[in-house]
Amino acid sequence: MVDADRTAWERRSVVRVIPPVEPRKLAKVPFVELADGRLQGVVSSGSDIARVYVSSITAGTHAFACSTNNNRPCGAVHSSPCKHLHALADEAVLQYGLDRVARYLRVEVPEGASLMSCMSGPPERTPAAVVFSRFLRHLAYLEMPDSTEPLTELHWFPAMGTVR
Amino acid sequence: MLGVQLGELLAGAPAGVDEALDVVTGFDDALVHGFARLGEERAAALAALAGALAATPLGERAGEAAEKVAAGSVSDEHLAALAGGRAALFGAVHDALLGRLDAALGRSRAAWKPSAATAEVAGNLLGGCRVWLRELAIAGWRGVDHDLVSASDQTLDALLAVPELRGAAVLLDGLAAELRASCPVATMERLPVRRWADLWTRGLLLSQAGAWHGGAEPVSGRLLLLGADVHEHGTVVRVQVHAILEPAGGSPSRLVRTSLAAAKVDTIAGPAVWRLMSGYPVLLGALAGHLSVEITDMPLLRGGDLVWKEERARAGEAADPFATARVRLGEALAPAVPPLDRHPVRIAEPVLVEGYTADGGSFDLGGHTLDVDLDRLPACGPLTPELVAASSSCLGLMRWDGGRWLLQPLAVQATVKRKPVAAHNGDWALGPTDPKVVKAEARAGDVVAVLRERAGRLLRR
Ligand SMILES: [Zn+2]
Repeated sequence: MVDADRTAWERRSVVRVIPPVEPRKLAKVPFVELADGRLQGVVSSGSDIARVYVSSITAGTHAFACSTNNNRPCGAVHSSPCKHLHALADEAVLQYGLDRVARYLRVEVPEGASLMSCMSGPPERTPAAVVFSRFLRHLAYLEMPDSTEPLTELHWFPAMGTVR
Repeated sequence: MLGVQLGELLAGAPAGVDEALDVVTGFDDALVHGFARLGEERAAALAALAGALAATPLGERAGEAAEKVAAGSVSDEHLAALAGGRAALFGAVHDALLGRLDAALGRSRAAWKPSAATAEVAGNLLGGCRVWLRELAIAGWRGVDHDLVSASDQTLDALLAVPELRGAAVLLDGLAAELRASCPVATMERLPVRRWADLWTRGLLLSQAGAWHGGAEPVSGRLLLLGADVHEHGTVVRVQVHAILEPAGGSPSRLVRTSLAAAKVDTIAGPAVWRLMSGYPVLLGALAGHLSVEITDMPLLRGGDLVWKEERARAGEAADPFATARVRLGEALAPAVPPLDRHPVRIAEPVLVEGYTADGGSFDLGGHTLDVDLDRLPACGPLTPELVAASSSCLGLMRWDGGRWLLQPLAVQATVKRKPVAAHNGDWALGPTDPKVVKAEARAGDVVAVLRERAGRLLRR
């Protein structure tokens, strides 16, 4: 980047810092995030509407984990990732784009290859509680009351068009 | 806005603006590296900020704060003095710019009337905000890591639950999300230096005693809508409607703004955000149907913000925003700006621009070039860069950022395939009307309903 452009960008009050996320269906995988050094999220159970799976893939090592929100190991995850992990990866690519997910996980994905086929980390046990509580915190936003206060602060956060 | 008016506006920056912003730039650089290791040059930048305020009532406190912080004592009181100083400089810049815009447009503006202090707010929550903001200032943006960002979680959760502190909550939540996405900040190629310092300053001011709306007066009359400005980050969406109030009883008409904000998550975006505001059918219906609204005893704050109460509003007759702007905008009285809100980012003055030649991202109006902010076309509405480029009339907001004036379109009249079309930001308030967008929405399903179902099932166990 040219220095002058960078200086001009750095001296603006309103710039986009977080790239927009793409819309996707949320029924199967209601929550996906790139956080705490992992691709992590929550996958709805196909058979029990009250159960969810917490799945994650660690950046760098590509170690993977899947368990229920009650911390019971997923029966389908052994030496290779289960369908929940595949669903998580697919939805992450839809939401963030392949480039961003691959960069975050530090994985090389050749043209035309799928993200999951390019990772071969070991299974690991990570506590589901942290991710699950982040999901609950995420959901709690939907229960917050509306506001008709002036909220002048929001002039720093204009809605910027995403690709249509 | 006419070509000559634009010419007057663009004829050189008001005196002192560049100098004031240079002082701010020095301060902002100190925040990048952190007050824990200022070094001589950045300590001098803090002293320069205090020096710029020497002749003002803030001068002494800012001077002392700059000295103490440079010596390693970073207290809440000193940070408040420095944030106040930075805000005062932007206040002066704001006044110079808005004064110039008002003069060019021939717009009259009400004078600010101070009011009694507002109610007490939860001090312990604000204390939590100040602690986090102090830690950020000490570490500097370059020193921000995941732990420092996560340290704000609990304070933010508590803050979001208090309606009077919503402004501070959405601001700090937005800042925390940007910092989280940028971690570790030390390795970032470029930093939004001005922006984060703005947010930090505003956060620090809000965490002294909460918001500063002042008193409200009840107003009644007819509201003629001009357009909808949409604000959004991962966890909030807000529609701010600009309108002209014709007060009942015949006093002069006034420019007002009114807002609806709803909490959300990042995966709710595009036209789906309107569904979060379905509890306001009168205002949304007026936006989508281009109707006026009759209001009765609705609170109007001194800064021109109408605090929307759906039960005190009913839909009126049809009113085309372009007709409203053509006939009524010139004579409407603009509101005063609350003193602590004086920052160029808040400048959002409705204007009607016609008779220009559109050229990509700018309009040629009587030989003067007006830059159009094409980044600010929200995904929840029908405006596109192509429509703006094909337009012949534009209703928009005059904004100022990064040293230049910009026009933010709220609505355009254009010719597409030799047919006249009009598009307004609020046209999809009751759902998209473009078949292509309707189809795309249907494909994604009702994301709001899906998440609400999940929340209902999982949150209360
Ligand atoms: Zn699984």
